[in-house]
Amino acid sequence: MTYLAKSPWIIHYDASSCNGCDIEILACLTPMYDVERFGIINTGNPKHADIFVVTGSVNEANREVILNIYNQMPDPKVVVAVGICACSGGVFRECYNVAGGIDKLIPVDVYVPGCAARPESIIDGIVTALGILEEKRSKMPVTPRRPDFREHVEYHHQDKHRHTGGAQ
Amino acid sequence: MSKQITIPFGPQHPVLPDPIHLDLVLEDETVVDAIPTIGYVHRGLEKLVEKREYTEYVFIAERICGICSFIHSQAYVQGVEQIMGLEIPERAQYLRTIWGEYSRLHSHLLWLGLFADSMGFESVFMNSWRLREHILDDLEATTGGRVIQGVCKVGGVKKDIAPEKLDEMLKGLKTLEHELAELTDVFLFDSSMKHRLKGVGKLAKEDAYYLGAVGPTARGSGIDIDMRSTGYAAFGKINFKPVVEHDGDCYARCAVRAKEMFTSIDIIEQCIKKIPDGPVDMKVTGAPDGEYFSRAEQPRGEVIHYIKGNGKKNLVRHRVRTPTFTNIPPLVTLLKGVELADVPVVVLTIDPCIGCAER
Repeated sequence: MTYLAKSPWIIHYDASSCNGCDIEILACLTPMYDVERFGIINTGNPKHADIFVVTGSVNEANREVILNIYNQMPDPKVVVAVGICACSGGVFRECYNVAGGIDKLIPVDVYVPGCAARPESIIDGIVTALGILEEKRSKMPVTPRRPDFREHVEYHHQDKHRHTGGAQ
Repeated sequence: MSKQITIPFGPQHPVLPDPIHLDLVLEDETVVDAIPTIGYVHRGLEKLVEKREYTEYVFIAERICGICSFIHSQAYVQGVEQIMGLEIPERAQYLRTIWGEYSRLHSHLLWLGLFADSMGFESVFMNSWRLREHILDDLEATTGGRVIQGVCKVGGVKKDIAPEKLDEMLKGLKTLEHELAELTDVFLFDSSMKHRLKGVGKLAKEDAYYLGAVGPTARGSGIDIDMRSTGYAAFGKINFKPVVEHDGDCYARCAVRAKEMFTSIDIIEQCIKKIPDGPVDMKVTGAPDGEYFSRAEQPRGEVIHYIKGNGKKNLVRHRVRTPTFTNIPPLVTLLKGVELADVPVVVLTIDPCIGCAER
């Protein structure tokens, strides 16, 4: 991928993370790493978002919240699990209130390991997610065009011909 | 009496990096009651002491929270060392103090940024986080980790800092001090900041005391409580005075944190000048048998690690009382009487760290 065709917006939710990965995601948005220059914006509204960035693992209290956010996001959507807790449960996998990685609940497209995940690897994960997002978009049914579009083109073509003819 | 309505705030909310839920009971635009619900990030890590050896558990203690990570591991190993009667090398004590103050600096800069963001001051948010990267660079160069350092261990620290690097760090902090002063001037003297903060969310000294406020929340209300004064690690050999403000409003709590950053730089400077040569760790054999309350000052206030061992490799009990947890009752009092638009600002003035509070 050499350029971004669209500005992907992300939504971030802290499932049961220790904050380490969360502050690194925020660090991606600030001057040192500055992903906003690629048009990536952190939004608070699930219906505005293309990429769901989750940190931490699934537990009983946040199961509903994760599903709520995921189901509200429009298609195509991509899920990025940031940090080892979101991938597999990490050091907390044996805790009584940790069910495991995010993939126990919703399909995960990109896994970003690390404890805490570094901003560079988070950005790499999001860029990988963009490729998957494009792929998913290309598999979606194409929106039909306006029916009288061809007529409009023909008229435009004739118009152009008349003008260039004059110049010759 | 006018009609009351209840508005949910959180758990997923743009101003909060981590989830807490508040039910705000409103009369018109004024909050009359706030009912907090926690439990979204509870992991139950205290029970893991039964499955991990006490030396391995340092890594779990550090991951209670990703912002105050170093001080959690420090408080935990201090407790274990006290039970086992270990006198750790002096250089390790100084290094722990330096890294502890570095994490306080990074936490306060992070908070100043989020606080500015909560009132829509985007450029100040970006500037605070730009300065914070300098602190993180030094932490990464000396420990290997940006937010989770993993250098504390029972019996000392894992890494030493070369004298040249210490000089370089000191020089870096001196340069940073000027930029920090420019940043804190905005928080302390800007008229729009004062307009948002002065007189908002007042906490009286008595309330702060009886509700168990700790850290900057208590110091903003005039209570001089700072665990660093007890002289753990190398604080006993360092001159410093806790920052105390008396107004008890949002401005006072903000001022405490802004001024504390300069105290931290001063402490690091004194440590670098006084640090003795020598080893940084010692050999540890056996296992803790006994119990201890280990107290330390986190960026958010006092943290207590209760540790109980019975002479085996696995501890019997580990219990943590974190500053955010004790600051939630004062927060509920603070919210009563403020306007709905001020709620994000008031919630942030206790510097909520839910990862800590729920463990």
